[in-house]
Amino acid sequence: MLAAHLNPLAASVFSLIAIASLLLAFVLLGSRWLRDYLVAFAIESWLIAALSAAVAFYGHYPELYLVAALTLFFRGLVLPYLLLRIIRRLEVDREVHERLAPSSSLVVGALLVVFAFVVSNHLGDALHLAGTVAVLALTVMLSMKLIGFLMLIVRSEVISQILGLLVLENGIFLGSQILVPGMPLLIELVILFDLLVVVACFGVLVRYLVVHAGTSSTLNLRRLAG
Amino acid sequence: MSAGALVAVILGAPLLAASGCLAVRRARWAPGLNFGAALVVFAATVAMMPVALGGPYTFCGGYLIVDPLGAWVLLSVAVVYLLASMYAIGYLRAPGSAHRLPGFYALFAAFALTMLAAPLMNNVGVYWIAIELTTLVSTFLVGFERSRASVEAAWKYIIVVSAGISLALLGIIFFYWAASFELGATFDLTWSTLRGVAPRLNPTVTLMAFLLVFIGFGTKVGLAPMHTWLPDAHSEGPTPVSVMLSGALLNTAMVGIVRFIHIADGARLGLTPRIVVVVIGALSLFFAALFITRQTGIKRLMAYSSVEHMGVMTLGFGFGGPLGIAGALYHMLNHSLNKSLMFFGAGNAMHAFRSRRIGRMHHVLKLMPVAGLLWLAGAVGITGAPPFGLFLSEVTIMRAGLASANAWAVFVMLVVLILIFVGFLNHFRAMYFGSSPEAEAHVAEHASETHLGLWCVLPMWLALLPLLTLGLWWPHAFSNYFAAIATQLLGGPR
Repeated sequence: MLAAHLNPLAASVFSLIAIASLLLAFVLLGSRWLRDYLVAFAIESWLIAALSAAVAFYGHYPELYLVAALTLFFRGLVLPYLLLRIIRRLEVDREVHERLAPSSSLVVGALLVVFAFVVSNHLGDALHLAGTVAVLALTVMLSMKLIGFLMLIVRSEVISQILGLLVLENGIFLGSQILVPGMPLLIELVILFDLLVVVACFGVLVRYLVVHAGTSSTLNLRRLAG
Repeated sequence: MSAGALVAVILGAPLLAASGCLAVRRARWAPGLNFGAALVVFAATVAMMPVALGGPYTFCGGYLIVDPLGAWVLLSVAVVYLLASMYAIGYLRAPGSAHRLPGFYALFAAFALTMLAAPLMNNVGVYWIAIELTTLVSTFLVGFERSRASVEAAWKYIIVVSAGISLALLGIIFFYWAASFELGATFDLTWSTLRGVAPRLNPTVTLMAFLLVFIGFGTKVGLAPMHTWLPDAHSEGPTPVSVMLSGALLNTAMVGIVRFIHIADGARLGLTPRIVVVVIGALSLFFAALFITRQTGIKRLMAYSSVEHMGVMTLGFGFGGPLGIAGALYHMLNHSLNKSLMFFGAGNAMHAFRSRRIGRMHHVLKLMPVAGLLWLAGAVGITGAPPFGLFLSEVTIMRAGLASANAWAVFVMLVVLILIFVGFLNHFRAMYFGSSPEAEAHVAEHASETHLGLWCVLPMWLALLPLLTLGLWWPHAFSNYFAAIATQLLGGPR
């Protein structure tokens, strides 16, 4: 277990990156401008790439340098570019009818982080890892997961929902870099590739939605129920 | 043929068909290519059944596995693929859409490919990716008609299922993490590695991992309360796609749950995982009963019936024991056959009445005499009445439940199944024997022009006859097969 025996410098670097990513998730939650979402997501991806590189350096996992490079390229550049193209095609640039105002969602998000911390602490105690960076990684991982779900629930623009899903994925990826750095490279690469395909599919679907359903807000998707 | 060659055929045939449809781009050839692939796949899976009994075999550096459980699910997928491909030939004949047919069949074959690949995956991470791919391909099949409703269904499908399945990924990471304390930082996360290390895993982390995985794959299986995508996706896609979603796709995700229950059995978790599985199964039955009784759309009715049967299957696997496993596996094949029959009937009725609302359908037998009778027989079967296969498998599951630690669930199951029987058949009573003046007029007007081709009725026969046979006679070969799977799932690590 890498996180249990780290020198203080490495532990601080990991913690810093993890907490910065969590803050960026809050930026997504607190803004109603779609471009802000995109920028926050891109920076978050760069941070995760930096984390991969840091884990590779301190934990001596040379293959993670490759993961870092690919993360930077795909998650940090290609995905935001694809999303930017989708946003440009849409005629909206902000959330219009949020179900929960950004300020309230920030509060709910903070509560979710507390919940994530309680769960992670419990897991950390069970594994005798209390007080290590592993607990922090778990907290950030679960918080980003919950914040992603919160975004899916309270935001209605299609692009916010896609970003909500991507925040979910980012959370998992970030946590897995610290908790299981030795995960086979193949799996990480395929998951990265999978993400690209997902976003490409979303791009096509958004076009269908706009053309055939005449809307880019899921609030108007109410035909099917019961 | 060896298991390796058969796997190559099973995965190769739909791949060839999909690329063939895209390369040739002839609307006339595409259905044939796809149907040919389905025939080859069906023959190969049947040939694989006895071979797999000697397994498990692994290929491709341990990434592919052929074991009895996987082969059984492959059989149900192959049966549904064959029937649905046959039905598609007759169903997709609307003039003016010929140019989109090659694209449709390419997607259809690719969808079959992903579903045939998933049960063969030996690495847990790769299995997750295969399940994710089934979603991505089938989203476009669900949205294929490009109507407002179908695009909405596709969007809800991909968002709900992707979000759900990401929980499964988190669970898999937790399993990997828990196992890394025992096996070191880098190892291959295969089903058998995980089962082998399960007794030494930390119970707290393992329980959390199991719950996440169960909720994640449970979303894909359509268990309540994560079933919300299912009725939309099943009802808005073209009928052959509904058949594939209901009869095949749900089973491929069920394999993952079954394999994870096997792993959880090995971990020191006590009864908790099984109680969770049984509660969610019973909840699915309950939700399905509520929506079935008050349903107004014919395909949504069938979709909620899938939620019900997935609940029954989950109960079977949750009860466990040789009998529970045998009942659930038998239920899987029977449900695949019966639900295909029901969707074929629904597709034909929608064609005859030009509506998908149950309230618009009257005097079904006057408009489609043969297909109507087959559909009615299927409706009796799908509610679990004798002499059809689902009756046998449901009784078996109940017997297993009475012997298990969760016997209370059997009584819930019995009451809800009776409710569903009444609610479901009440819709059919109204459609077959109810009457209203405007319905009479509609029937009189359209009676002459409704003609169902051979390709629309033949698959109904091919689904009903085996279903009836399986209801009257439980083949001995199947018993041996289920016994082998039960040994695999109840035994320790190998």
